[in-house]
Amino acid sequence: MTASCPSTLSTRGGTRFFTALVALLCASFVAFAANRPALIGRIVDQANIIPVETRDAIEPKLVDLETKSGIQLVVATVSSLEGEEIEPYANELFRSWKLGEMTKNNGVLLLVAPNERRVRIEVGYGLEGTLTDALSKVIIANAIAPHFKTGDFGGGISRGVDDIITVLTTDASEWQQRPSLRLDAQQTADPMMWLLIAGLIGLATLLIVSPGFRWFFLNVALNILLNSGRSRGGGGFSSRGGFSGGGGSSGGGGASGSW
Amino acid sequence: MTVTIARIRNIFIVILLGLTVSACGYNNIPTYEEQAKAKWSDVQNNYQRRADLIPNLVATVQGYAKQEKDVLTAVVEARAKATQIKLDVSQLTDPAKLKQFQDAQNQLSGALGRLLAVSENYPDLKSNQNFLALQSQLEGTENRITVARRDYIDAVRVYNTELKTFPGLLWAMTFFRSNKPMAEFTANENAQTPPQVKF
Repeated sequence: MTASCPSTLSTRGGTRFFTALVALLCASFVAFAANRPALIGRIVDQANIIPVETRDAIEPKLVDLETKSGIQLVVATVSSLEGEEIEPYANELFRSWKLGEMTKNNGVLLLVAPNERRVRIEVGYGLEGTLTDALSKVIIANAIAPHFKTGDFGGGISRGVDDIITVLTTDASEWQQRPSLRLDAQQTADPMMWLLIAGLIGLATLLIVSPGFRWFFLNVALNILLNSGRSRGGGGFSSRGGFSGGGGSSGGGGASGSW
Repeated sequence: MTVTIARIRNIFIVILLGLTVSACGYNNIPTYEEQAKAKWSDVQNNYQRRADLIPNLVATVQGYAKQEKDVLTAVVEARAKATQIKLDVSQLTDPAKLKQFQDAQNQLSGALGRLLAVSENYPDLKSNQNFLALQSQLEGTENRITVARRDYIDAVRVYNTELKTFPGLLWAMTFFRSNKPMAEFTANENAQTPPQVKF
């Protein structure tokens, strides 16, 4: 019994090591362009066109939206699209920021590229039924573009955000009915499944050996379970209090426009 | 005591073996294959979505531009042809089949582009709410197709690379001998850019 105690510790270390190894071997690394803005908050104003008053007015609405519905709406302005069209740019930015909850994919990105005179509402998979392409187009054409034409970026963004929130909150039944059946989450879950299976093999073997060591194997299994549970989550605020994406993705829904 | 220690050691070996096998990518091939297949159904769904929008679009345009019969017929025919070709996930390893699918869809893209270009000449049509809504849906669908295709190409690349590189190569030669590389889309710039719609 006394000999088992240190070996429990080393088991825990070993499990961690293998978890890390599995994660390392199976993780797919995605490279992002260096000039893309970082997700520093709900409003990422790289192009520096949003007045302070507008920012102060919008921010609480965005926070409110997420606390009430879990939807992450982010407003971003970029100084350059780096020669890309706004559609692929917005999609890549959305995916690298992982807006919306992982299981619901309920994120929305309002992207403004003032130098290219392009604007896009990129909608996550889970909200495509509510904030449809046609509605996104209407919001851009009626609420955003007219303000942008007169150089009033603050007003256009403010109206756009209001309209997007209105659309998202008036028809709540739609997004609640759309559970995500996508297979996107599989990649991270699979190695963990194998860890669980490995744990189960250990438990099965446990039945063969004397019951005195059962607690020892339960310890290991518990450890594996805890490990797999920890790395699977995703959502909202990080522990540091900053803002981060929840693991959502987008498939190119939404609309774009120019002014 | 020595017996129990030996038992512990054996159990550790079993756990280790399980972990090592998964760490060496035994499950990578089936995982990547399923992912690529899922991405393919996304591609096909989005093409289907586009096909579903077309009858409505044609009907709306017809109401304003009856004389553009040739363009309208071309779209209807291209749509009929494109919807006939369905590509099952098991046929993804056949580049010829994929090319056939792609060609039919490209032809539809071309016909649609011409229809939208022609509709520019009809101010009443251009300001029709139904037409505007359809147009934005079509734009959105074209964009989704682009995204889905890109995702599929990425997924296939990952899967094909896994089949050809170590350690996936070992599993491909032993347990997954029936797994063949999947065909990628041939680069076609016309198909990648959605038809430009101007207001």
